[in-house]
Amino acid sequence: MEAQFLQFFQSLLGAQWPLAEPLWPLVWAILQIVAILAPVVAAVAYLPYFERKVIAYMHVRIGPNRVGPAGLLQPIADALKLVFKEVIIPTKASKGLYILGPIMGLAPALVAWAVIPFDTGLVMANIDAGVLYLLAISSLGVYGIIISGWASNSKYAFLGAMRATAQMVSYEISMGMALIVVLMVSNSLNLSAIVAGQGRGMFADMGLGFLSWNWLPLLPMFMVFLISGVAETNRAPFDVVEGESEIVAGHMVEYSGMAFALFFLAEYANMILVSAAVSTFFLGGWLSPVGFLPDSIWWLIAKISVILFLFLWFRASFPRYRYDQIMRLGWKVFLPLCFVWIVVVGTWMMTPLSIWK
Amino acid sequence: MRAMINFVKSLFLLELFKGMALTGRYFFARKITVQYPEEKTPQGFRFRGLHALRRYPNGEERCISCKLCEAVCPALAITIEGTERTDANGQTSRRTSRYDIDLTKCIFCGFCEEACPVDAIVETHIFEYHGETRGDLLYTKQMLLANGDRYESIIAKNRALDAPYR
Repeated sequence: MEAQFLQFFQSLLGAQWPLAEPLWPLVWAILQIVAILAPVVAAVAYLPYFERKVIAYMHVRIGPNRVGPAGLLQPIADALKLVFKEVIIPTKASKGLYILGPIMGLAPALVAWAVIPFDTGLVMANIDAGVLYLLAISSLGVYGIIISGWASNSKYAFLGAMRATAQMVSYEISMGMALIVVLMVSNSLNLSAIVAGQGRGMFADMGLGFLSWNWLPLLPMFMVFLISGVAETNRAPFDVVEGESEIVAGHMVEYSGMAFALFFLAEYANMILVSAAVSTFFLGGWLSPVGFLPDSIWWLIAKISVILFLFLWFRASFPRYRYDQIMRLGWKVFLPLCFVWIVVVGTWMMTPLSIWK
Repeated sequence: MRAMINFVKSLFLLELFKGMALTGRYFFARKITVQYPEEKTPQGFRFRGLHALRRYPNGEERCISCKLCEAVCPALAITIEGTERTDANGQTSRRTSRYDIDLTKCIFCGFCEEACPVDAIVETHIFEYHGETRGDLLYTKQMLLANGDRYESIIAKNRALDAPYR
């Protein structure tokens, strides 16, 4: 596929242009980035719409339905409104950091997509340390929050940033621990290999692939990872960061216009990223759930959509955790559970009953 | 034993699944939203909306300037000035020369309606009105009488429906 694009690129510029060959890797990378990020950004734009619709339906309302058919133009209207609003920078704010904050929040959520495999061989960077990359990049998102809270020079923004940071750092640990179990059973840090490894096993041979995916043998880790993912993205019921009834908007309180919109986009981009991670690590990525249907990228999209629906469902169902309860859950429940399960799975793998050979 | 049961419940997230089942059921429930400008909820005959001053069939205004409504109004929204003049029956009587209701103050409690001995001031079923300035919402005697003339048939019908309960 790359060769065809290269040919097209050269014919576009004229074959005699000497820079075409050395420039190609850059152009190819940019093409891939656009191909991945365009759908992601479109999904990020429409996720709030679907969130409002789904939550409204669970509230026995009907949600946005005035802008365009069934309210489908609502995200565009919202975006236009936010673009045309002024980005107010508080007088005593640290200007550079204040602008950097939202960018630091959004960028990691988009950068991390580089290692998500969409199909066999269909991944932008097929690096062997994919899991490490994903963990490292998703941790960078915390900087966006702490920087914006600090640069706002407002005690409320700072308080919100502290809450967000502490929460995200805590849940990253249990996420990482849950991933260790996944790494143990798949024997690889490469995301493509992790997905491929879920396609093998007793049930996969019987044509019931979905029973071979990691979620079933690692069910507790799947739950820990999913719930940590919800907490990691500061979503309800762990949304103390911007819990409307207690702390307004947390670290975003001083932001307006597009700078605020970037935080908003970052939250939803992170949701989609966490859903993609859950699908990749535990739900078999692009693998088909049953033997008679072909593996394809559509399975991955379907799995991401289901997890995203769960996110919205949680928000419609559960009351907000108190802050100390969030910390208790992260440190005193999930973390010990992860440690225990590492030992259990490690022992299981050493016995003849091991299903991961 | 109870602690054990609670532990198992929380370990397997039973309550959480119950909650999600509930919201999941309502996801498919019939939606109860009223699409306001196109659809409207039914109104009772006691609805308290925009005010109106009524007239007798012979065209004379009912209001006798007794100022009971002004006295009872908890929001002090009513201002009345009275005068003496010859009415439609050829008798000298006390009538209002000014009757203002400031709708920005009014709380639509209906006390003025209750207080009125001659059913002159009433609240109609109208609730869709607006003003672009505060002054637009200061309803004068002329405006209130015009309201009464325009909606008299509906007002009379609603009063008749309410009569058995008074």
